[in-house]
Amino acid sequence: MTRPSQNGPLLEVDDLATHFFTRAGVIRAVDGVSFSLKRGEVMGLVGESGSGKSVTGFSLLGLIDPPGRIVSGSVRFDGQDLVALPPAQLRRLRGRKIAMVFQDPATTLNPVVTIGDQMRMALEAHGVRGEQRTRERSVAVLTRVGIPDAARRLKAYPHEFSGGMRQRVAIAIALLHDPALLIADEPTTALDVSIQAQILAEMRGLVADLGMALIWISHDLATVSSLADSIAVMYAGRIVEAGPTAAVLRDPRHHYTRGLLDSLPARAEPGRDLVQIPGTTPSLLALPPGCAFAPRCPRADETCLAMPALVSDGLRRHRCHHPLGLEGAP
Amino acid sequence: MTEAFLDVRNVSRRFAPRLSFGDRIAGKLGQPIDARVTHAVDGVSLAIAKGEALGLVGESGCGKSTLGRVIAGILPPSEGTTAVAGEPVMSQGPRRHKTTTRVQMIFQDPFASLDPRMQVGDTVAEGPIAHRLTTRAQARDYVGRWLTTVGLDPGFAARYPHQFSGGQRQRIAIARALAMQPDMLVCDEPVASLDVSIQAQIINLFLKLRRELNLTMLFISHDLGVVRHLCDRVAIMYLGRIVELGETQAVYAAPQHPYTRALLDSVPKLMLDDHETTAFKPIAGELPSPLAPPPGCHFHLRCPLVQPICRQERPPLRAVLPGRESACHFAPFPPGLRRLR
Repeated sequence: MTRPSQNGPLLEVDDLATHFFTRAGVIRAVDGVSFSLKRGEVMGLVGESGSGKSVTGFSLLGLIDPPGRIVSGSVRFDGQDLVALPPAQLRRLRGRKIAMVFQDPATTLNPVVTIGDQMRMALEAHGVRGEQRTRERSVAVLTRVGIPDAARRLKAYPHEFSGGMRQRVAIAIALLHDPALLIADEPTTALDVSIQAQILAEMRGLVADLGMALIWISHDLATVSSLADSIAVMYAGRIVEAGPTAAVLRDPRHHYTRGLLDSLPARAEPGRDLVQIPGTTPSLLALPPGCAFAPRCPRADETCLAMPALVSDGLRRHRCHHPLGLEGAP
Repeated sequence: MTEAFLDVRNVSRRFAPRLSFGDRIAGKLGQPIDARVTHAVDGVSLAIAKGEALGLVGESGCGKSTLGRVIAGILPPSEGTTAVAGEPVMSQGPRRHKTTTRVQMIFQDPFASLDPRMQVGDTVAEGPIAHRLTTRAQARDYVGRWLTTVGLDPGFAARYPHQFSGGQRQRIAIARALAMQPDMLVCDEPVASLDVSIQAQIINLFLKLRRELNLTMLFISHDLGVVRHLCDRVAIMYLGRIVELGETQAVYAAPQHPYTRALLDSVPKLMLDDHETTAFKPIAGELPSPLAPPPGCHFHLRCPLVQPICRQERPPLRAVLPGRESACHFAPFPPGLRRLR
């Protein structure tokens, strides 16, 4: 079943907005996010807490519960607009064509069901039946993510695995149906560095071998830089800068990206004060007018009271009135 | 080495589950009982000089937090002693308690470490009033002074924790510790739960406090970058034991223990070249259970350099280079040995 879009983007998100209608007011968690992703491409979606990076991930899968709602925009996946899709059809894609891995495998796996049964249920949900078939497929993906002695481990419960192994199981479940797109929300944040390195190496192999696209949601610029082809930096519900990972991190155009890079102790001289971004992230209930980063930005002036447009040069995009490295340019 | 301000001697800390009545009787009668004892800290000795910051690095379950709690006087050690400026941190005898206010602790999660139903001013004032560092009448000014020190408005004293962001709460927790006028702070992952931009602000606050108050610090972290930035020396811990100890820069530049090397290699680095990819060199395997640590060197199951002796003999932590200690049978390593595999 090949579609005409084989060489085009696999995923095209256009002007997506997800708002939460709370008693305290409307929270614009995601507000006009656009990006696209090719088959086999890895995109890092970076931001701090409350930037909207996770809500973006959930929105792609239609996993937004009231009081939240996707209020506008489209998510074209393999030629279909997921936002307009009826829930029943979306459910057929979710977990099969698009899968998701979450931060904490301890809460996403069912503690009272064996790994084997959970995998069988995930397979049966999308029509793969038969003891033999489900078993073979489960063992194959568990082995693929580096779980030793997988056939025997099918009988184990989640608590019998270490944190790193549990995350591998969660990744294996996501891979059961050979998804075209995997969304991973901070999948290594809760893990130790040595285990994180194992998972990152594993992820890179998976993307190369299976050709799936990956959205890696993270706050950690270093893991993103070592994994992602492209990066999108979010702040207060919007993408403020996007482009090829190395180019963006080497010479960022948005002052927020610059600030994040300067905040990393690994890049500073030991013992010296870090260059810090002053202030805190604004409340999404009371965003400043115009550019949300302006109150913390060293270059802000009165022009920043108007929302800057997302400027694109075909390769890189930024949303800033005073982009770095482009001074003098129109 | 300069005179030890904090002196930790041969400290061990074990955790045993409470035995049932039946098991205790059986034990008294000489039956072997299944005592599943966790060896969280296993014979650790270290010293910190006045005004020095020591980083304590390791992965989860290595015992770094337990060691921090023993040093801060929250947990009594099963064996060994800790002393600050010559004074023991804990009393002896059956009901052991902390006997000094010179060591204070800061915890990882500022959402859990502040009482949500107390105004932050009262939280900060509680300890100093109890220890007569201030009086109820003067508490307001006293608290205001410490809030200012950590970069908060003294007027915030009348607010509750939920009115603050994570970074501000961590500042309040730091103010609470400082208000006890300690000589030493034990900080357990104080920036781990904060966003990058806020993390930088708190790191800068620690740098400022060290300069202004000449604080001695034990800084527990899994983040090698933060430790490199803040700490003069670093101790690497693995499964209850310190495996390497030395000046931070020197340890990072030329580690003298295979675990340190492997840990440094696991840290993702910021890649700025278009076609550069990290060759991740993950450490094989996982941390063994502290319920049943392997004999000999605890790292031997995962070590790329393992030899028969490693499976039998515990390597002592010993000086292998000037200012450097390593618990590897084969240290010191020649300078050419940058990669282990």
